[in-house]
Amino acid sequence: MTEQPMVRFENVSKRYGALTVLDGLDLEIKRGEKVSVIGPSGSGKTTVLRMLMTLETINDGVIWVEGEPLTHMHRNGKLVPADINHIRKIRAKIGMVFQSFNLFPHMTAMANCIEAPITVLGMKRADAEARAADLLEMVGLGQKKGHYPSQLSGGQQQRVAIARALAMRPKIMLFDEVTSALDPELVGEVLEVIRKLGREHDLTMLMVTHQMGFAKEFSDRVCFFHAGKICEQGPPKELFGAPKNERTQQFLRAVLEAG
Amino acid sequence: MGIRTLVGMLVAALAVIGVLATQEAYSLFLPGLLQGAVLTIEIALLGSLLAVVMGVLAALARMYGPAPLRWLATVYVEIFRGTSALVQLFWLFFVLPQFGVSLDAFLVAVLALGLNVGAYGSEVVRGAIQSVARGQWEAATALNMSRAQMLRRIILPQAFVAMIPPWGNLFIELLKSTALVSLITLSDLAFKAQQMNQNTFKTIPIFTLVLLMYLAMSLVLTIGMRLLERRASLGLARGRAA
Repeated sequence: MTEQPMVRFENVSKRYGALTVLDGLDLEIKRGEKVSVIGPSGSGKTTVLRMLMTLETINDGVIWVEGEPLTHMHRNGKLVPADINHIRKIRAKIGMVFQSFNLFPHMTAMANCIEAPITVLGMKRADAEARAADLLEMVGLGQKKGHYPSQLSGGQQQRVAIARALAMRPKIMLFDEVTSALDPELVGEVLEVIRKLGREHDLTMLMVTHQMGFAKEFSDRVCFFHAGKICEQGPPKELFGAPKNERTQQFLRAVLEAG
Repeated sequence: MGIRTLVGMLVAALAVIGVLATQEAYSLFLPGLLQGAVLTIEIALLGSLLAVVMGVLAALARMYGPAPLRWLATVYVEIFRGTSALVQLFWLFFVLPQFGVSLDAFLVAVLALGLNVGAYGSEVVRGAIQSVARGQWEAATALNMSRAQMLRRIILPQAFVAMIPPWGNLFIELLKSTALVSLITLSDLAFKAQQMNQNTFKTIPIFTLVLLMYLAMSLVLTIGMRLLERRASLGLARGRAA
């Protein structure tokens, strides 16, 4: 028996009124696989992550996580839209880091990292704090535990956000343009943390990014989105080195010229 | 801005009361008026407490409640916002007994004013909750929190800061509305003043003292809310200036 894919989008569509953002998306991600999603803005790439995090509903299709439906549930042998309890059960496997950090401003870095482990997972405070301290250490912020988000740089905030997501022990991590809101000199420290995660953890990672160099070096696979569809996908060497699709070529040429 | 000015005004108001109290034409009325003021303060405090509870409950029910609760909360808000506080007071005190429900006048005063201001307050709470950035909800969702957990731990603590100034306005509104309860047999500050005025016709000393006493009470309230606001926003913006 072949192993279940970690994530499977099965014919998933997303529409806003007359606008189709994603059109019959089929995508499988293996356990531990690192997948980068690139493409022009408006191509639906961020929507893919947001649907998987259940921040957006879907109009058609099913999203599966480890062989279980996320957006649906089994009832009397049929798939029906999932209720909130089912969604929360499956969603527990997924964590997300946002472009704009979204740290809780009324809490210290430490409090940000222990909030959900205590309230959602029911962990003891001491255990949650010990784990959060390890994670903050791992992202290089062991000294900033007591700082509020407003006292941290953008890069530091984003690293806290990564630690906060990891504190929930997700199997899948989603990164939504996590360096786009950062000053250029702070991009490196965040990417370094993600690299480290890729090396040291058995995480499945899905990231939307504009950092082509990073996508090339870090990913197992790159998907190029255009107009709500995957236009081309493959190992980074192939996709960046010898793109077959004309749209991919255009996009990469434009990005390289700008960069 | 302005807390010092407010404290200065409060000190001045109290000083004027103190100076006037040394004159017999004024000191004569002070004990009775103070008695009334105590009742006014009691009604205002309990009414404000009820208003906050009702405001938060009604806002949450309207925003996140199941259909029947939503409906109930909307009916509550529209009735108590859409009719005058005086009519509500009279209805609870004079009409309800006709249906066999007699409530104590003090209870009616707290209920009517608290429910009335709570109806306005629910809009304040709703606006403050909606003012919290969407990314906060999304981050809490990504951490798999339930809606109740998000509200309690993430959204309401941030909305709280935005709620303080408008609630301050409503509390002052409520404090002043307590003068209406003199019409349902309660001996509050306004009632005492009218009663003394009818007996003695010493209009100037009586209503000068009453004016200063209401002013002092509302200044205490305003200063308290300013301090609360300062403290609460400090928690949010700690180190921003550093």
